[in-house]
Amino acid sequence: MRSLMTKMTKMNREDFKILDQKIYGRQLVYLDNAATTQKPQVVIDTLKAYYETINSNIHRGVHYLSQRATDEFEAAREAVRRFINARHAYEIIFTRGATDSMNLVAASFGRTFLHEGDEIVVSEMEHHANIVPWQFLCEDRGCVLKVLPFNEKGELCIEQLDQLITPKTKMLAVTHVSNSLGTVNPVKEIVEIAHKKGVPVLLDGAQAVSHCKVDVQALDCDFYCFSGHKMYAPMGIGVMYGKEEWLNKMKPYQGGGEMIKQVTFAKTTYNDLPFKFEAGTPSVGDAMGLKAAIEYMETIGMENIAAYEKELLDYAEERLSSIEGLRIYGQAARKAAIVSFNIDKIHPSDIGAIIDKLGVAVRTGHHCTQPIMDHFGIPGTVRASFAIYNDKKEIDDLYEAVYRAKNMLL
Amino acid sequence: MAQTLQEAEQQIIEEFEIFDDWLDKYNYIIELGKELPLIDEQYKTEQYLISGCQSQVWLHADYRDGLIYFTADSDAIITKGIINLLIRVLSGRTPQEILDCNLEYIDQIGLKEHLSPTRSNGLVSMIKQIKIYALAFSQKS
Repeated sequence: MRSLMTKMTKMNREDFKILDQKIYGRQLVYLDNAATTQKPQVVIDTLKAYYETINSNIHRGVHYLSQRATDEFEAAREAVRRFINARHAYEIIFTRGATDSMNLVAASFGRTFLHEGDEIVVSEMEHHANIVPWQFLCEDRGCVLKVLPFNEKGELCIEQLDQLITPKTKMLAVTHVSNSLGTVNPVKEIVEIAHKKGVPVLLDGAQAVSHCKVDVQALDCDFYCFSGHKMYAPMGIGVMYGKEEWLNKMKPYQGGGEMIKQVTFAKTTYNDLPFKFEAGTPSVGDAMGLKAAIEYMETIGMENIAAYEKELLDYAEERLSSIEGLRIYGQAARKAAIVSFNIDKIHPSDIGAIIDKLGVAVRTGHHCTQPIMDHFGIPGTVRASFAIYNDKKEIDDLYEAVYRAKNMLL
Repeated sequence: MAQTLQEAEQQIIEEFEIFDDWLDKYNYIIELGKELPLIDEQYKTEQYLISGCQSQVWLHADYRDGLIYFTADSDAIITKGIINLLIRVLSGRTPQEILDCNLEYIDQIGLKEHLSPTRSNGLVSMIKQIKIYALAFSQKS
């Protein structure tokens, strides 16, 4: 097993040229993967090839390049469908990223189904991107936002969910994996509880898709949102999966080209799925890059990725815990490869500033999850997050850097 | 005779010349951050708070005899160390001196990155607030 992992790491590492560089005279140690992952060469090559060979606007075009680009774009949609095991390719809507996806659902679902007094349930560990779009609805339509709390270990108190959902609840929006705490939420169970009460569920999968196999049919979620750039694909492409029955009923979000069937000044009729939700020229090259990234991960195997990253996570938590005064936030039984921590009496941004100079790239701050920071009464954390190309040597580097920073700062 | 603003800048530049690597430089900034009580506790309130995304800064200004005196603090020690360097130069100056100061010495000692808006450490907003105070007091005088 170990030799397999070593082999896998070595192979991957060479595909990511960006990692092979020195910063401030030191080898770069990139541990900010929950913010964005690096891109394998095949993704970069795909993007380049798109612009060098078939760049053109898709759909309506009758000419050769347009047809080629359209075929590639739709092939990317099919790759995403297979990747998350959606029933139909037209349930896959391309967006700019997870944030865009959640704004799309909130806006479209909201303007179709939500009225004054209706309730939306989110969890206390949501990224701001899964809070603020719902708050817009509260402001505009008089809806009410309710919050499912988490416990000290960073696990959702799902026993409270049943009580939190009332006949007025119209949507439950929860993250699959917490970007700050690393918690993998029991989303299948959550969906079951909500569905028993007839409430649809949106899952924010931004931090899940690169770490574990996602099967939207098995989860039975109604919406699943994620970004390409956190799963080795280019920035600027994301996905909103929605069950056909919802998407058909929902009014479109943005108006423009491609999303219409017929436009007159008196009335406009909308196009079929998925185009109804894809107004304007989509990012074709980025969609192709997303397909390349999916194939790259599938070649390695999502199970191998999950097992390897678990090994990295365990090692990182073990090493960091040995530093006196260091506290890890998020001790859930099931975690993705994210470690958030602070050291007693030290501000996280000070640690970040120093270990940056030691070549280690992490993120400090509230990670767009201020309610989590409020829960723990802290200004932020230092967050190290891992990907398939990281190895134990880099975790040793992280440990050394944090240890040194602590000695400088205390 | 108190230092002029330019002399204070020059002294800081000279202090930093002896450091040949960033580690010593940061150690010095951390020391600066640790050593000074930069603000009276009564001013560490919401009213004087300048919120950065990463760290928080409190700033208080006092106008006496044509000069502005600043005190400030931060919850992050590196930020606090840099505040120390800013206050040494900008406190006890006339409004016009503060408005004219371009803070180039921060660049010269290699700490420009800390004054970048993307750092969100509150320092950019703090400097902006200092300039606003200077502008306001200059109308008074």
